[in-house]
Amino acid sequence: MAAIGIPSRNGAAPRRWRRSEPIGPLDYGRRLWLRLSVGAVLLFLYVPIITLMAFSFNDSRRNIVWNGFTLKYYEKALNNDSLLLAFGNSLTIALISTIFSVLLGALAAVVLWRFHFPGKPSYEGAMALPIVIPEICMGVAMLVFFARIGWPANMPWPLNLSAIIIAHISFSFPFVAMVVRARLVNFNRELEEAAKDLGASEWQTFRDVLIPFMRPGLVAGGLLAFTLSLDDFVITFFTSGPDTVTFPVKVYSMVRFSVTPEVNAASAVLIVVTIALTVAAMWLQNRAGKRNS
Amino acid sequence: MDTRKPIISIRDVTKRFAGTVTAVDQVAMEIREGEFFALLGPSGCGKTTLLRMIAGFEIPTEGEILIDGQDMSHVPPNRRPINMVFQSYAVFPHMNVFDNVAYGLKVTGVPKEQIRGRVEEALDLVKLGGFGTRKPDQLSGGQRQRVALARALVKRPKVLLLDEPLSALDAKLREAMQLELVRLQHAVGITFIIVTHDQNEALSMANRIAVMEAGKVRQVAAPAQLYEYPNCRFVADFIGKMNLFEGQMTGVAGERVVIEVTGLGQVLLAAGDEQVTTGGQVGIAVRPEKVRIERAQPGTDRVALRGRVSEVAYYGDVSYVFITDDSGRSISVNMQNEARSTAQRVKIGDELWCSWDPEDTLLLAR
Amino acid sequence: MEHWRRSPLVFWATSLPPTFWLVAFFLAPLAIVWVLSFGEKQGLIAIAITWTFDNYGRALNALYLEIFAKSMWMAAVTTFICLVVAFPVAFAITFAPERWKPVLLLLVILPFWTNLLIRTYALIAVLRTRGYVNFTLEWFWDQGNWLLTLLGLGEAQLLGERFEPLTLLYNNFAVVFGLVYVGLPFMVLPLYASLDRMDRSYIEASLDLGASQFRTLFTIVIPLAKAGIISGVIITFIPAMGSFLTPDLLGGTDSQMIANVIERQFKSANDWPFGSALSFILMYATFFALALRAMLSKSGSAMEAG
Repeated sequence: MAAIGIPSRNGAAPRRWRRSEPIGPLDYGRRLWLRLSVGAVLLFLYVPIITLMAFSFNDSRRNIVWNGFTLKYYEKALNNDSLLLAFGNSLTIALISTIFSVLLGALAAVVLWRFHFPGKPSYEGAMALPIVIPEICMGVAMLVFFARIGWPANMPWPLNLSAIIIAHISFSFPFVAMVVRARLVNFNRELEEAAKDLGASEWQTFRDVLIPFMRPGLVAGGLLAFTLSLDDFVITFFTSGPDTVTFPVKVYSMVRFSVTPEVNAASAVLIVVTIALTVAAMWLQNRAGKRNS
Repeated sequence: MDTRKPIISIRDVTKRFAGTVTAVDQVAMEIREGEFFALLGPSGCGKTTLLRMIAGFEIPTEGEILIDGQDMSHVPPNRRPINMVFQSYAVFPHMNVFDNVAYGLKVTGVPKEQIRGRVEEALDLVKLGGFGTRKPDQLSGGQRQRVALARALVKRPKVLLLDEPLSALDAKLREAMQLELVRLQHAVGITFIIVTHDQNEALSMANRIAVMEAGKVRQVAAPAQLYEYPNCRFVADFIGKMNLFEGQMTGVAGERVVIEVTGLGQVLLAAGDEQVTTGGQVGIAVRPEKVRIERAQPGTDRVALRGRVSEVAYYGDVSYVFITDDSGRSISVNMQNEARSTAQRVKIGDELWCSWDPEDTLLLAR
Repeated sequence: MEHWRRSPLVFWATSLPPTFWLVAFFLAPLAIVWVLSFGEKQGLIAIAITWTFDNYGRALNALYLEIFAKSMWMAAVTTFICLVVAFPVAFAITFAPERWKPVLLLLVILPFWTNLLIRTYALIAVLRTRGYVNFTLEWFWDQGNWLLTLLGLGEAQLLGERFEPLTLLYNNFAVVFGLVYVGLPFMVLPLYASLDRMDRSYIEASLDLGASQFRTLFTIVIPLAKAGIISGVIITFIPAMGSFLTPDLLGGTDSQMIANVIERQFKSANDWPFGSALSFILMYATFFALALRAMLSKSGSAMEAG
């Protein structure tokens, strides 16, 4: 390592003691003001969320000064029947819409990846529309649609959630298609050809070769669709009714009318669930990417 | 003795990364004004890191770098009188050729009236006159390199650095570019420093070469000196081909040392600068082109070895003949195919003598 | 890629379900809205399609035009702030050690995955009169007063008679703040993707030729990251322009954006034809922005190949 006070050779200037490597001209990642900006932005992004979660444990209605740790608002949230019902609805909707989204999205991805057909660019554009369109436009379209075709109301649970489910599928499956398509780009067609060469039929090749390869994309797409459905507000707001309330819609009305730590508790739960799912999705995709490439 | 002044002095420079990887280890050398200097070595030897420290993109962990007498170790790259041609050329894709070459003049405040003249002069120098309005994506790789050269030379730096300038070019273009770079250096008259892993490039272009290995400089010398008088096995092996024999020093005979090599008997060599002690292990080597093959036994004034031809590698202008002796040791001999029939004179299985003048033997103590 | 006629059975089997769904449950609803925008209310529920342009005409009168303009203006301000804030962050992540990059990216993206409603709600606690910002400012005010008293200047009330909290909520400031808060992760990713792909030799070449770091940033780095900047701007601008929740929860009566007006037409005001017209105008504005982006990136796409 560096030494202090040792006479140098050739009459050059004595060595200076440095704690670490000097910062080079392209070493931007080590410059102080860039590090501070990143820190400030991360702080800006996380402080509101973290304080919201922290204050869900605060024993005070006013929500600003810390008054002691308590779990009572979590208790209240758990005992709030309408909140629980809303959460149940959200989960059901998310589950069903995810299944259909993954199915439709996978099929769409395969078509776009494998086939060349007239009007393909327009088809791709149409597939991208639900992703690009402002949410409120889609919400309006769904509301108008179900009203004008006279979608039956007052159906038993879970059928009464069908309008919401259909709307969710419509906006999620293009996202799934996008994710699966990104995965398919890396597929080596020779695998398919080898299977056919060995005698497999079209369907068998699809089932035994293509689907296993697509799986990480399907899982990632599925988790994406699930999260999008669970978190959706605007589109659900337009397609839900007083008896088909979902969790975000319920939280919205709670926020609109009162600001209680109960809302914080409910929100904290939703945050944790969403983050856990996201991290799981990313970890799965990462692992599959490493294994297969 | 070269009395030109040193334009770059590298004084005990060390560069460590992340505290553990030592890329450059106590390198000290001087590069003289007007030289065509080469940093040569295998990948990972530290030559590129050293070049980047001269350019200013890395800062030495220890030691100093003096440019024209001034310590510039901590001066940022945009304030050094040095310019670099990057391995990927780095020609700005969003500017045309003229703007690329003019860039360095513009950002240092050269008056507009002067810029046009100097840019055109630089483009003519690299034979790209009239290409000013073209965009980089319309140029070939070789043309883009010349834009990068013009861009650097228009600033009239004291030293021009080139990072592996020929590695991206195909064989024919590479040969042409080797001559071109030397011509340019003479035309402009400044110091050129190139980094390369290709010994042929270094030998043919440079006035002096520094051979590096694992962060250290092994030898700095002119090409002929490096080739004929390498100071260690690494240099002897890296530059050119050689046949290496292990031996032991058994004594001194006048001004020569006596090396005993199994199969060769005793070899008497001039010791030169090498430090060898009686009883010590040394390596001796001979380059393939110095070895003569013949059917009759050579005289006792030559070092000789008898064996059987095991392989002939034919390259058109030259053949490498591999002769294996009874102990299984192979020696490669370079045979110039001076006449059409030359290559056919030697066939696999022939019993032949290889011999060389002891003066042509390399003594390699380390 | 094979032509569909080579395996027509497979083609139809795989393409029919998603196509059917897209047409029946997305394109058809949009078409109905489009038709409705040419309709007229006939009483409380009935709507007659008279193919009139009245709704569009009404949308273009001063009041609504102003709201459109305001929505675009707020979206533009939001996008600009996001760009200026996200650029150093994307830059820092690009040049961070390899081990840290995925972590930093994950940290920046994670808030995007939490519910928009909750994130916006969290900002209320921050921006309220009795919220965190004002709370902190009041603390500083108290400390300042204490210091002044210590210096013997207590009587002068230099900092004012009492602490005046800043009105940070239920106004345009809060809406922009909320939109920036929500949009920032959207801006970082494309910027990072573009900067990461850039050959560092360009920066080194620029410095080597004598340009300062600042000059290099503006003449070399930003032009070469153009594609990423355009992407980021578009995917921040469009959702900001059509945003509903943020102005609804954080805005005041004069901070209404276009999405709030549309919502009102379908809930309280019950004027579906007008709401449909407004929806379509918003969609046309969105498509216009996308077309602009396609045009801009095509003209600059040759640069990426450098």
